[in-house]
Amino acid sequence: MSEQIAFSQVSFSYGTKPILDSFDFFVEKGEFVSLIGPSGIGKSTLFQLAAGLLQPGSGDIRIGKEAVEKRLGKIGYMPQRDLLMPWRTVVENAALPLEIQGMAKRDAQQKVRDELPRYGLQDWADAYPGELSGGMRQRVSFLRALLFGSKIMLLDEPFSALDGITRLEMQEWLLQMWQETGSTMIMITHDIDEAILMANRVILLSGVPITQPFELSVPIEYPRTTASRNLAEFLTVREQIWQLLRQAVRDQGQLQGNGGKAYG
Amino acid sequence: MDKGSRGLWFGVSLGLFLLVWEAGCRLLAIPPFILPPPSAVILSLWDLREALLGLHLWATLQEVLIGLSISIFFGSLLAFAMNRSQVVERIVYPYIVISQTIPIIALSPVFILWFGYDLSGKIAVTVLFTFFPIVVTTYDGLRATDKEMISLLQTMGANSWQIFTKLQLPASLPAFFSGLKVAATYSVSGATIGEWLGASEGLGYFGRRASGNFQAPALFASVLLLSLLGMLLFWLVGRMEHHFAPQSRILRKRERRK
Repeated sequence: MSEQIAFSQVSFSYGTKPILDSFDFFVEKGEFVSLIGPSGIGKSTLFQLAAGLLQPGSGDIRIGKEAVEKRLGKIGYMPQRDLLMPWRTVVENAALPLEIQGMAKRDAQQKVRDELPRYGLQDWADAYPGELSGGMRQRVSFLRALLFGSKIMLLDEPFSALDGITRLEMQEWLLQMWQETGSTMIMITHDIDEAILMANRVILLSGVPITQPFELSVPIEYPRTTASRNLAEFLTVREQIWQLLRQAVRDQGQLQGNGGKAYG
Repeated sequence: MDKGSRGLWFGVSLGLFLLVWEAGCRLLAIPPFILPPPSAVILSLWDLREALLGLHLWATLQEVLIGLSISIFFGSLLAFAMNRSQVVERIVYPYIVISQTIPIIALSPVFILWFGYDLSGKIAVTVLFTFFPIVVTTYDGLRATDKEMISLLQTMGANSWQIFTKLQLPASLPAFFSGLKVAATYSVSGATIGEWLGASEGLGYFGRRASGNFQAPALFASVLLLSLLGMLLFWLVGRMEHHFAPQSRILRKRERRK
């Protein structure tokens, strides 16, 4: 396995508020990594850095083997809100990244139509986002991020807006998509169970600024299902994460006097 | 309430209103130069149809359409420029607001000096009336584009032209059409006032002359036409929005299914 994306000695601050300090992080090709941490610690900032919306103050971010400064357009990004354009149909929304890359509209839409059955959306090709359920909208958003063609996907709390049952369904569905596509996936989540269920490794971000993250491997074979939550290994990892998180929140509270601003 | 019953309610209330007006004029024996009954207005409209429809309506329509087109073209262009450059916004925005605080009637002598009695003076006043709503709503529509959506398009590698055409332009169209609806109704007032300042034709000119001669029915006939013109323009913009705003695609789809 080789490194797909890596942060080395990255520092970043918002104005005077430091978010990352000499931060190291890597994800291997085909890996699924979950990022978890107290809210307001800067997880989304990490994604904006990875996607190229922000540039590090110092250090570099490598994609593949080399440091890449212009990362915009190189990494698939699935935001927390689905951000579908209400005036575009399912097909037109999903075809957007292909259009931006310069593919002719007809070809782009045909390519989307070919993909829809895998997403259970073939009957909704010409529906507008307003006519879809939350789960369907997230699947369109995922398809849009995937069609973009990057081997790396950033998923920012993809299921946080969904109800409990839909969420469980979507987790299993995403695991399946990950195994079928062989993409590298990095997911931010607030849900410890979700973080463990999906990932090879769970990375726990803590401290202000974030320096060295804790890292836990999840020793459970794929394919995993919702039932994997009952395995002893799962429960052990969950307990470890819970302890670390509690400690992290306590440390953060002491550092900031509980007055920290939430930066997502 | 569906569309048909809305029309029905309006028809009934309008009929009642005209009936009360007509009856009031007759029963109270109000002199027609104070308040003419609707029947007299219609009669006058019929008698003067050649002058009103053939000459004056045409002249006013010309001013309205040219003025409105100038406002749409330069107004949206300016809104785009303000959205692209903060410097342009900072420089121009205050003047657009100031332009709305100028009492145009008070400036009328100067306006006549600048533009003369011909078409250009009326067009200038119409533009002054309609420019503001178009610029302000279009600019607000562009500015209100979802910032996260812009970021998402950037991560897809979109350049600023693509972000403009695929996101900002379609997202701002409903706001643009709201402004255009306001502007369409204002445009008729603008042209009328322009004609009051000095003109030789047009419905505003005609109405002013009629009121000077105490011909209230003729004045009301011209006002009726102006009002109908404003409503027609408003309705047309509504239809345009329905056809061209991408947000209406969902509505259009529902209509097709029925």
